[in-house]
Amino acid sequence: MSAPGSEAIVSEESGDLALARTGDAQAFANLIQRYEGKIFRLAQHITQNREDAEDVLQETFLKAYTHLDQFQGNSKFYTWIVRIAVNQALMKLRKRKTDRTVSMDEGIDTGEDIVAREIATWDPSPEEQYGREELAEILDSAVQSLAPAYRTVFVLRDIEDLSTEETAAALDLSIPAVKSRLLRARLQLREKLTKFFKHKGDDAFAYM
Amino acid sequence: MLTCKDFLSELSDYLDDSVDSEIKAKLEEHIKACPNCWVVCDTTRKTIQVYKGQTECSIPLDIHARLMAAIEKKCAERGK
Ligand SMILES: [Zn+2]
Repeated sequence: MSAPGSEAIVSEESGDLALARTGDAQAFANLIQRYEGKIFRLAQHITQNREDAEDVLQETFLKAYTHLDQFQGNSKFYTWIVRIAVNQALMKLRKRKTDRTVSMDEGIDTGEDIVAREIATWDPSPEEQYGREELAEILDSAVQSLAPAYRTVFVLRDIEDLSTEETAAALDLSIPAVKSRLLRARLQLREKLTKFFKHKGDDAFAYM
Repeated sequence: MLTCKDFLSELSDYLDDSVDSEIKAKLEEHIKACPNCWVVCDTTRKTIQVYKGQTECSIPLDIHARLMAAIEKKCAERGK
């Protein structure tokens, strides 16, 4: 998560945080502006629903605003609001009883599912075969097909770029649990994406 | 010599470069000798990359506007 200039951003952020704690609305607006896009994307990925994602977004920043005095400052502000957002998003999923695999632990397999079935090489830049929107759709629907327990870990680790430790803290999971879910999520996505991205030449061998 | 199953179970940590050097050497020895695991490793790496490349996370204007309105409302309530 360290980009060039990230130190400057951190100090700018702590300035905004200090001011926001004193009730400075503009400072809090700055914090929102910095993170609303990421939080909305995360909420959309977990809830898979735009309306729910908007609710989660609002609830997250309202909670952050009213509980700002409880933010310890020993974790990053972003990690703290991610944790709030994940909890809000999971509550949404639980309320929507249509999703039967809503528990964070349901749909977890026990070791026998670490498999790779599709063995085919990909084109060097497979994403270039698709238009931007088409690609986004392929990637989103692959993520959506994961069980929530895997999806949530993948979204935090590989889309939102949180560390293993931050993901464990946000989800109240142990580090080995985060790692094992991430492995399964990545392998399942690999299988799904192979159907779209495999090197077309490989099919030709079947006819030889 | 590692089995393919051993290799897969370490794959995620390997791609995150969070395995120690001894295991890393064993894993690299395995992919050199095992074309299937090489393919799985390469395509899993690309899977991660293709998602990381999706940096688009701008927020729709109407959603931003409603969020700010909700916060302002809360501000006003607290100010009373
Ligand atoms: Zn192998």
